[in-house]
Amino acid sequence: MRVHFTVNGRPQEADDVWEGESLLYVLRERMGLPGSKNACEQGECGSCTVRLDGVPVCACLVAAGQAEGRDVVTVEGLADFAKQRAEHGSCATGASGGSGVSGACGSGQGTSGTSGTSLQDAQHWRAEGTDSQTGEGTGLAPIQQAFIDAGAVQCGFCTPGLLVAADELLERNDSPSDADIREALSGNLCRCTGYETILDAVRLAAARQGEVV
Amino acid sequence: MDFLRPATWEEALAVKAEHPTAVPIAGGTDVMVEINFDHRRPEYLVDLNRISELQDWHVGEKTVQLGASVPYSRIMEELRAELPGLALASHTVASPQIRNRGGVGGNLGTASPAGDAHPALLAADCEVEVESQARGSRLIPIDAFFTGVKRNALEADELIKSVHIKKAEGPQQFSKVGTRNAMVIAVCAFGIALHPETRTVRTGIGSAAPTPIRAKAAEEFLNAALEEGGFWDNGKIITPSIAKRFAELCSGAANPIDDVRGTASYRRHAVGVMARRTLGWTWESYRGKSRGTEGVA
Repeated sequence: MRVHFTVNGRPQEADDVWEGESLLYVLRERMGLPGSKNACEQGECGSCTVRLDGVPVCACLVAAGQAEGRDVVTVEGLADFAKQRAEHGSCATGASGGSGVSGACGSGQGTSGTSGTSLQDAQHWRAEGTDSQTGEGTGLAPIQQAFIDAGAVQCGFCTPGLLVAADELLERNDSPSDADIREALSGNLCRCTGYETILDAVRLAAARQGEVV
Repeated sequence: MDFLRPATWEEALAVKAEHPTAVPIAGGTDVMVEINFDHRRPEYLVDLNRISELQDWHVGEKTVQLGASVPYSRIMEELRAELPGLALASHTVASPQIRNRGGVGGNLGTASPAGDAHPALLAADCEVEVESQARGSRLIPIDAFFTGVKRNALEADELIKSVHIKKAEGPQQFSKVGTRNAMVIAVCAFGIALHPETRTVRTGIGSAAPTPIRAKAAEEFLNAALEEGGFWDNGKIITPSIAKRFAELCSGAANPIDDVRGTASYRRHAVGVMARRTLGWTWESYRGKSRGTEGVA
């Protein structure tokens, strides 16, 4: 079957999708966006976390056909998503309620090319700038920069899912308590860091977000 | 495999009538796991996500009509006052990502003895509204819904539409044993609801029998003991001997097995502990203390 949905603000379609295929498989294998990671395939690890109409979900548990006509944000589009949000105020797509309505965060706005992240850009997106160690000079989302600065990345496999989940937390809660952070990230497993540096990164991003406002 | 996407409830019923083996998928948190692991290859998948009424709820005078696909995250955030036990249970489901997708309809459809919603639904008392194109809708009392391990009273051509849950008229609690707060299938779980209007207490036990069950002998004992002691009126502390006997009877109602998550004897013990604690919490709350819906998770 053929499915159409919006990925990182641009309309996309995939052909020859098997009816039992997951959204994760379509993103990774058909659209060439391997940022969302495939690990447990049962919703245990959170490494495939994406936003579906603004709501964080495990892409491995969404049937591809269920994404038809809906709005998906992956880690490849996170920097642009965060930028649009910063520029247009708190206009995230259905932050906590699952209202299913796309907001004005550069999503679903057609093919003008000025908003969202094209498939090609997303496929080639890398956290490289003038300095590949610090991420300086690149278009990183604040949460991505905070992960680098806090040393929250070791092997990096869990990082995309954590970034998407943490970014959504900071979107709806500017000053999360440690308990809020733990709960928001409770569906994301990391086997390297012991989580402490990840908590540091989210606190850092929250503190920086507070400074800007 | 065919992927069917009915736009309305009527269309979904027609699809299910035509293809009784079709597997409904809403949150996908059970169905997709089975497909990903090749444990199931249904001929037809029926996507229920487009049917908006399944995502809605209505708060009536006596009951809340909860759409089958209302995600757990909304139950725990928006129905805490009306359905405190179910809200607490919802909060213990897996992780935020799963709670954003999964709902009570899927829990009932899967009918696992470990389903987190079931003890809360049994304790609160509810009826499951199911419908078929041929015979229209019917209400199945929750006590008659679970018929075996992962089996329920649904006919092949029926779909779960909503659950009519009694609004809380007294304190409710939910407790669950697992290795951590998030991402656990219950080793065992316990729900309790005080119903001051009828002066009764209802219970629900999860993961400690082939199906979710009520501890009926324990309820009958407690109802009689509370009545006899005038506890509903005088609001006294429940005596330790009553609480102990209630816990023993709850423990005795369990019929668990040894498995990877725990042994039968541990489960029996834990059910008793949870019964005693949750009774204490709800009764303190009934007596006017501030425990309310605080307590777990």
